[in-house]
This record gives sequence, structure tokens and C-alpha cells, in this order.
Amino acid sequence: MEVQTAPPAHQAPSSQSPHLLPPIFQSDTTPPQLITQGAEALLYRTTYLLPTLPCALKYRPSKPYRHPILDARLTKHRILSEARVLVKCRREGVPVPAVYAVDEREGWVMLEWVEGEVVRVRVNEWLRRRKELGVQEGVEEEVLKGLMGRIGRAIGRMHGVGIVHGDLTTSNLMLRTRREDAKCGDEVLDGEIVLIDFGLASQSSADEDRAVDLYVLERAFGSTHPRAEGLFSELLSAYGTSFKGANVVLKKLEEVRMRGRKRSMLG
Amino acid sequence: MSLLQTIHLEHLPTTPIHIALYRNVTNASFLQQQLLTGNTDFEYAFIDASVIVSRIHVLSAAYRAINALHSHRLRSRNVHSEIVFSLSPNNNIAESFRRFGVTAATTNLLVVKVGGDGEEVRRHLEGAVEGEGVGFEEEVLAGMVDVGRVRKIYKLNGSRGGAKKGVANRVGNEGEEIRELEVSVLGAMALRGASN
Repeated sequence: MEVQTAPPAHQAPSSQSPHLLPPIFQSDTTPPQLITQGAEALLYRTTYLLPTLPCALKYRPSKPYRHPILDARLTKHRILSEARVLVKCRREGVPVPAVYAVDEREGWVMLEWVEGEVVRVRVNEWLRRRKELGVQEGVEEEVLKGLMGRIGRAIGRMHGVGIVHGDLTTSNLMLRTRREDAKCGDEVLDGEIVLIDFGLASQSSADEDRAVDLYVLERAFGSTHPRAEGLFSELLSAYGTSFKGANVVLKKLEEVRMRGRKRSMLG
Repeated sequence: MSLLQTIHLEHLPTTPIHIALYRNVTNASFLQQQLLTGNTDFEYAFIDASVIVSRIHVLSAAYRAINALHSHRLRSRNVHSEIVFSLSPNNNIAESFRRFGVTAATTNLLVVKVGGDGEEVRRHLEGAVEGEGVGFEEEVLAGMVDVGRVRKIYKLNGSRGGAKKGVANRVGNEGEEIRELEVSVLGAMALRGASN
């Protein structure tokens, strides 16, 4: 879910996607605008109830190669499990988009529109600017450290309420834009962390699952921002104090690092 | 006098809804009776406004009900009863009428009418509802809502002290609190009927 790569409004989504939207959206005078497409779902920007309330429409089109009954069941199950996890998170104070409406039969869910950009983009922007200014690595990194801490606490909060994300990357973490402040210098890294895309999330309190969440993010960080990899420890130490039991997870993480994401297939 | 507001919900341009809000209503039992006896002149959703958090709250229910109507998935008698049922966090239709619908004790009344001519609806309501018409506005609704009851109905008084653990690094104030309550309520409504 990447806001800034939104295609210009004049490009009709239908020209980019072979999928027909559910009937309720077909007669819209301003059709939902395609933002991004994943393996399972399409993400559109549209409005909910009033023209003044923007929302994200996540649509899981049916897959023609699946048996229709199985297809309907899978779609329903996935839509509902994602919505359930989001509602639980939000209710418990985990920063995630609100759920506005669900139609599991038609395969769509409408979520709060989060204004901002994904962490990957903002971190890269920040690193690029520093490079331009000739700031050396390891110097004046307080702002980035602060961001890592906020991410660690947000993940800890989510784990603390019994949810694991299943696909933590810096593209599934957003920085909510606060007002319309001009982004200059260190303010690039400002904003509230919002966790997005719970398509692979599940309800779990297992240290193993939590540790895998952290491991996946660590690997993602290493490959997308090698220059910032050294600061992952900041994230982990903030995580460590964010909920009871977080330290056990950090211990487990060491184990997961040794063997990789997949559990041993033996036994 | 009624201050009727007509709204075209997003994605439902051909189905306008008319909304009127009243306080100090004195004939609530009469209105309830018309629904119970199935008087076809009273095709309205009569909602007790003290359990309505915001405009979005009731508009969400209307949106869901109209969507069900258009896709032939109504679970109750008609689109108006479906609006009341759509406010519910569970599948008990009779209970949803008791909790959200007009009862003899109702004094703050929210009326929703799907379709029809605005002028006619206004005229009919003027003769039917005995009460003081007020604007369908956030501030007015905020003055009518019984937050404790809403929290109880939607089971939002969890061990975590309700919704007020505060979404990370945000300032807590009254508007923010109602907004968070609204979000929890919308989530509970959206998940109604979610099985499997």
C-alpha cells in the first residue's frame, strides 16, 4: 500500500486492471482509483458514505482457476480474518487503519485512508538527503533512531494484544502525515507509525510467531536499507520494553536467526 | 417542524435517504405501535438517538442496509428495519429493535427514510412525530448520546479500559475520544454476522 505512487486520476483503473469491481462500485461517477495490486488483492482509493471521507477499498477478486465454491469460501475467510484482526488491534490501541465496512460475499473491505507514506520511502528519502549533504554514517542519527524506537513499540503493542502480522516489511509500515508540514530535513521521519496490510496476520501469542515477525522485518530492513541496518538494535531494544514477555521473544529471535524463518521440517 | 436532510451516500447515487432528528418527543409509543402493527404509512427507520454516536454511525447502518437491499440479502422485513438491525453488533433482530429502535421511553428520535420524495416525507413526518425538530448535526447528536450505554451495547468496556488505551502517540481529547468510539462501533457493526 503505497500512497505516493498513486496513478494520475485520468487513468481509469479499468485500463490497468482486468478485474471488474463489485456491482456497488460499477456505477460510480468517479470510479475508485487503483493504488496498488498484490497477488491476492487490489487496493483502491475511494470514499465512504460522504465525499469528504476518503477510504481504502481492498478487493479480492474471484480467481477463475479455483472451483467457485472453494473460491467463495477462501475469499470470505480471508476478508473476515483480516477485518477481525484489524478491529481487535484498533480496539486495543494498536495503530492500524479503522475498518469501515465489510462485504465478505463480494470480497471487499473498506478501511480508513491513512494519509502519508510507507517507511521504506521515507527512510530512503532521509538517507539520500544525508548523503547529498555529506553527513557521515553513524553521525547525527538520533532521528532515525527515534523512528526505529517508534516502530519497535508499535510492533510490541501489536504482539502484546495477541496479533502477529505475518508480513512485516518497511512497505507495510506507514508514517501518518501530520498536518501539512513542509517536509524538510529531519521531519521526513516524523509522524505516527501505522501498521498496514494484515492479509497474512493471525491471532497468536506464540513467541515463535512473534520472533519470526521480527526476523522477517530485520531481513527486509537489511535488504532495502543496508545503510540503516545497524540501527535495527534500536528497534529491538524499544520492542524489548514494550510488553511483558518481549524479552523472551528477543531470545527466540536469536534462535530464529540461526536457522531462518522456516521451522525445522524434522519431526 | 422538521429539518429534513437529504443525503446521497457514496456509491449509492440513485438511492437518496432522508434524515430528520427530534428531541422531546412525546408520542414515541404511538410511533412504535405503528411499526408493530405494520402500518404501511410508517415506512421509516425510527432510531433512538441516544445510542447514536455520530452521523457516520447511522449513515453506515443505512449504507449496509441499502447494499443488502440491492443485492437481495435483506435479513429483516424491509430496508428500514434492516437499518435498525444493521446498527447491531450481533444477529438477534428482535434485540436490535429493542436496543436501537424507538421504544416508549424514547425522547430523542432519529428518523431515516430510504427513497421517496423529500417534500412528501417532510409533510408526513410533521403530522406524525410530536417533538422538536433539530438539525442532523454532530454537535446535536453528541448532546444526545449516552456513551455508557453505547459502550455496553457494543461491549467496549474491555479489560483495557475501553478504547482509551489511546492509539499510540496521539493526544487524547473529547473529540478524539468520540472519534475512537465511532471507529470501534463501526468495526463491531462491520463484523456482525462474521462467521467462519
